[in-house]
Amino acid sequence: MNGLLNWIDARFPLTDTWNKHIAEYYAPKNFNFFYFFGSLAMLVLVLQIVTGVFLTMHYKPDIELAFASVEHIMRDVPGGWFIRYMHSTGASMFFIVVYLHMFRGLIYGSFKGPRELVWLIGMLIYLALMAEAFMGYMLPWGQMSFWGAQVIINLFNTIPYVGEIVSQTIRGDFVISDPTLNRFFAFHVIAVPLILVGLVFVHIVALHQVGSNNPDGVDIKQHKDENGIPLDGIPFHPYYTVKDIVGVVGFFIVFFAILFFMPEGGGYFLEYPNFEPANPLKTPEHIAPVWYFTPFYTVLRAVPDPFLGTLAMFAAIAVLFVLPWLDKNPIKSIRYRNKAHYINLVWFCVAFVVLGVLGVKAVTPFLGELGIRCTQVYFLFFAVTHAHSRPMKVNYVVWFAVLFGITIIWDLTRYADLSGESVAIFWQLLTVPFVYLLSTLILPMFVSSFNKEKEVPTRVTG
Amino acid sequence: MADTGVDKKRRRFLIGATSAVGAVGVGAIAVPFIGSLTPSARALAAGAPVEVDIDKVEAGQLIRVIWRGKPVWVVNRTDEMLTALPTVNPKLKDPTSLASIQPEYATNENRSRKDQYLIMVGICTHLGCSPTYRPEVAAADLGADWVGGFYCPCHGSRFDLAGRVIKGSPAGTNMTVPPHYYKTDSLIRIGEDGVAA
Repeated sequence: MNGLLNWIDARFPLTDTWNKHIAEYYAPKNFNFFYFFGSLAMLVLVLQIVTGVFLTMHYKPDIELAFASVEHIMRDVPGGWFIRYMHSTGASMFFIVVYLHMFRGLIYGSFKGPRELVWLIGMLIYLALMAEAFMGYMLPWGQMSFWGAQVIINLFNTIPYVGEIVSQTIRGDFVISDPTLNRFFAFHVIAVPLILVGLVFVHIVALHQVGSNNPDGVDIKQHKDENGIPLDGIPFHPYYTVKDIVGVVGFFIVFFAILFFMPEGGGYFLEYPNFEPANPLKTPEHIAPVWYFTPFYTVLRAVPDPFLGTLAMFAAIAVLFVLPWLDKNPIKSIRYRNKAHYINLVWFCVAFVVLGVLGVKAVTPFLGELGIRCTQVYFLFFAVTHAHSRPMKVNYVVWFAVLFGITIIWDLTRYADLSGESVAIFWQLLTVPFVYLLSTLILPMFVSSFNKEKEVPTRVTG
Repeated sequence: MADTGVDKKRRRFLIGATSAVGAVGVGAIAVPFIGSLTPSARALAAGAPVEVDIDKVEAGQLIRVIWRGKPVWVVNRTDEMLTALPTVNPKLKDPTSLASIQPEYATNENRSRKDQYLIMVGICTHLGCSPTYRPEVAAADLGADWVGGFYCPCHGSRFDLAGRVIKGSPAGTNMTVPPHYYKTDSLIRIGEDGVAA
């Protein structure tokens, strides 16, 4: 055995690679619950690829055959329903895991230097994942496949001058039809998965170059023993491989509970109109994207102008890319930042979840206004985060005045179009951005305990 | 070989020239690949104009034809419908269709080449659903002041019988009138402007 290993090592850096990335990769010893989701995301990626390969053996990317071939998988192929539900449930689980993974990065400042590239590559993975999910959702060729794609591809139509050409090039036709389905299949099973796997590889290589962050946001490389091994580090294998197995078991309990008892996820993982074949002449009563897109869908609807709405939606994603350069506070972890920062993060998460819930609901005057207000909080968060970079020196009053002023300017552009009950709702919900800015900018100014940062320990705790 | 005598200037020129030629090559090879994504000859053929015989369309009736995979409506509007159109004007977002898409010859109050016949793409300008035809006056679910028009089941956009959007609808512009012309009095060709009529 050793002989074989030596033979390989002389020709390929097998032991070196194993040691560098697994056996002698020293990760901080204080990882907590939130550190499960990186490895779980990789697990789901593998599940999606394996189930996807088997689905491809029975699926037919042809508008005449696609819907029936999916039913064929569900009813006639032995084990087909299981593989297909793993794939469709896996898509939603992928986003749950990735959102929690991103949340972890947000609260512990993992996106900050020197890990900016890890964050950027991760955001590219998130983009690729959204493209992959969107194109995959079209393949069953049900009503939601068709009309969801109709709405999303029409977003490109709103680009001035070239919109028509861009959307025609995406569809390969003047309407969504056979060429569209066929190319989405090609992208979904070949192009985007290759990109995804490549990006995940680069994500990990970049992470291992700079080392993992931890819940304390402490750099463990500052304190090493005589062998150059971080005192607060433990080898990834066997410590974290074993820990991650616990995560995998917990994940599988949830995953298979959903798969066996509610594979449609109550109509959120698989939407009911999608059990009807696509009909280009009849639109379903109510169109909503799958849950993981809904926060951005609400942002789209919050801006009535079609092109500006599309821009706002993409901006909501793009602004996440620059987060490492907005949050300049040297303290990484939420544990040692001030309470105002904590409040700011809670607002952001609540706004994101509310945006998501609104995205599956039909617009009423109240919900529409609430969507606009949450959109404002979503974008204001990034400015407030920047203001919190230097809490002891920042002029909170100026920040409050400028940010609330910008909010009011946006409101002025739409106030003239309001009438009747909408006016009352407008004033009522103006409290949302107002209280948000009060609690994150004015509160820490007057109550020093909300502005005070704690001292960061030199070594990890616990 | 030793480094001495390296002509850096020439080396830089060669690197630049090779890169430039390579870039042109990449650009050239991208043409067929991007070209393959655009509508194929078959899709273009399916996008060809269609002809509709409107002889048999009764007064007040709507027929649907498929043009470029989209529903196109032909409505034979009655005189009552046409006289009701101007009464809706104050309630419209874009009564004169300035911000909407229609050929020049349909940029008028009735949004048609001939007053009687409305030819329109049956797709809501909001997010692409297909509205329903509701010609009945004062329909119970649409209110007493409804004089007939189109109602989108998706997000509740309302249009009058010239496809003009009524205020309060999520749709921003009037529905689209496709290029068309009368080949004969009873035969419409949809998809071409035809010779100046």
